[in-house]
Amino acid sequence: MSATFTIYKRELAAYVRSPVGWVVAAAALLVQGILFQANALQGEKLSADVLRQFFWSMSGTTMFLAMILSIRLIAEERQTQSIVLLNTSPVSDAQIVVGKFLAAGTFLALILALSVYMPLMIKVNGKVTGAQIFVGYLGLWLLGASYLAIGMFASSLTRHQLVAGVLGTLFGGVMTLLYPLAKKLDEPFKGVLSQMDAWWGHYQGGFMVGVLTLENVVYYLALTYFFLLLTVKTMEAKRWH
Amino acid sequence: MIKVTNLSKYYGAKRALGPVSFEIDDGEAVGFLGLNGAGKTTVLRMLACDLRPSDGSISVGGVDAVASPQEVKKRIGFVPENPPIYADMTVADYLKFAAELRGMRKADYTRRIPEVLGLTHLTDVAGEVIGTLSHGYRQRVGVAQAIVHNPKLLILDEPTRGLDPVQIIEMRAMIQDLKHAHTILISSHILSEISQTCDRLLVLGRGEILGSGTEDELTGHAPDVTQVIVAITASETSDGGAAAARAALTAVDGVTTVGEARRVHGTLTFAVACERDVRAAVGKAVIDAGLPLVRLDSVHSELEQTFIRLVGAPGGGAN
Repeated sequence: MSATFTIYKRELAAYVRSPVGWVVAAAALLVQGILFQANALQGEKLSADVLRQFFWSMSGTTMFLAMILSIRLIAEERQTQSIVLLNTSPVSDAQIVVGKFLAAGTFLALILALSVYMPLMIKVNGKVTGAQIFVGYLGLWLLGASYLAIGMFASSLTRHQLVAGVLGTLFGGVMTLLYPLAKKLDEPFKGVLSQMDAWWGHYQGGFMVGVLTLENVVYYLALTYFFLLLTVKTMEAKRWH
Repeated sequence: MIKVTNLSKYYGAKRALGPVSFEIDDGEAVGFLGLNGAGKTTVLRMLACDLRPSDGSISVGGVDAVASPQEVKKRIGFVPENPPIYADMTVADYLKFAAELRGMRKADYTRRIPEVLGLTHLTDVAGEVIGTLSHGYRQRVGVAQAIVHNPKLLILDEPTRGLDPVQIIEMRAMIQDLKHAHTILISSHILSEISQTCDRLLVLGRGEILGSGTEDELTGHAPDVTQVIVAITASETSDGGAAAARAALTAVDGVTTVGEARRVHGTLTFAVACERDVRAAVGKAVIDAGLPLVRLDSVHSELEQTFIRLVGAPGGGAN
């Protein structure tokens, strides 16, 4: 059995066993339910607009969830020194990082799946398609996966989860605010920064409105890969200290 | 088995260790002795491939630990000072996880884990969550994860630190059992602790190897007796016979000072400082004085004396 799958199983079991994961999931679903009730079910609206509003508010919840789920992944292991078992086993840093990332991604997908009753209600009472809902959820997961990678990178920098949380929020915030910043700049910075933004163009302009493009999928995969690679390199560098 | 050549570690410009060189043969139990901050943990972490050396080489079973760390890790079990446990897992699940990380097949670890639980006396708590166990049990779980894949080399960093006296004896007995199946490298700052467990000692100080050999070889002769403990049954007199005992002890040739008598449960105990081993003479003097002798013990020189002597002799002083 590969070490990546071994680490994946342990991390996923840790999420399922931990009350923290479920409390955070319950809180996120409660907030999302209230927002859905407040935004979508008040007054007459087109079902496509209601679905768009759902995926808009859900993206904020997803980014928050991803940060909460990821900041403990490496910092906690350093704090409790359980990381020594991983470091002294014949396992590469990339296997450790990928195993943990996939576990967090699976748990995030599970929480997202628990919210699916809301868009299904829109589908039953409106004219949106299953494909629109699928594309929206694919976008949510890709957005969440990239924020998990950002949070993991922050987690690899320190042994303190609180510091990791602050750093992760800072990095994630920067990635989310690049687009409004780009609008105030001239070319070529305007074009480059707006393409790098993680929320406005690629999510709101694509997945959120049910449009699936290869460009947006590749963007999120590249962003995730970039931060996972930074995490691996940080772990390798820490072996010198 | 292990060959370390000119190993050194720098943190920025600050030298933490080295260069140090030593060899350990198959089946040896070697103790790393040094005061806190001497560099023991740094060496052990580099041997376990948890930390990269700044310079030098480590060869384990002919494999270069710097060039092929994954290959070396398969041959090593490491028990750090704080056992690397997951508090949310049961002991059995944790050992299964450790075995899978080391690439063991299910058939192999299904057979091996009950053996390891038996060796480390954890069978009764195999189903318990690690977070609910005492420090002594957690330390044993740390040892269990290190031997689950039956490594040739077992590295233990201060395995008795934080344990109570009973747990220390149990841990010592466990290490004695493990000596039959593994080459062992164990660190401690307590000379008596590892001299009982190990075949050979390596003394580390100021980031260098200061001496190597058995305890006797390091001290240069049989262990020094620097103090004798004498206890007699207290008599009915007002001082319990303390004055008579003190007079008898002071008169013995080789005795430098006689400490204050401590009266405990009907006995008087004296700490007698001496220049050499005066136990025979002290015993004869007490009996000749008509005092009821109930205890006669020696106190050997401890790490501090040996260590200070080694530090004071540049280049070692022992071989």
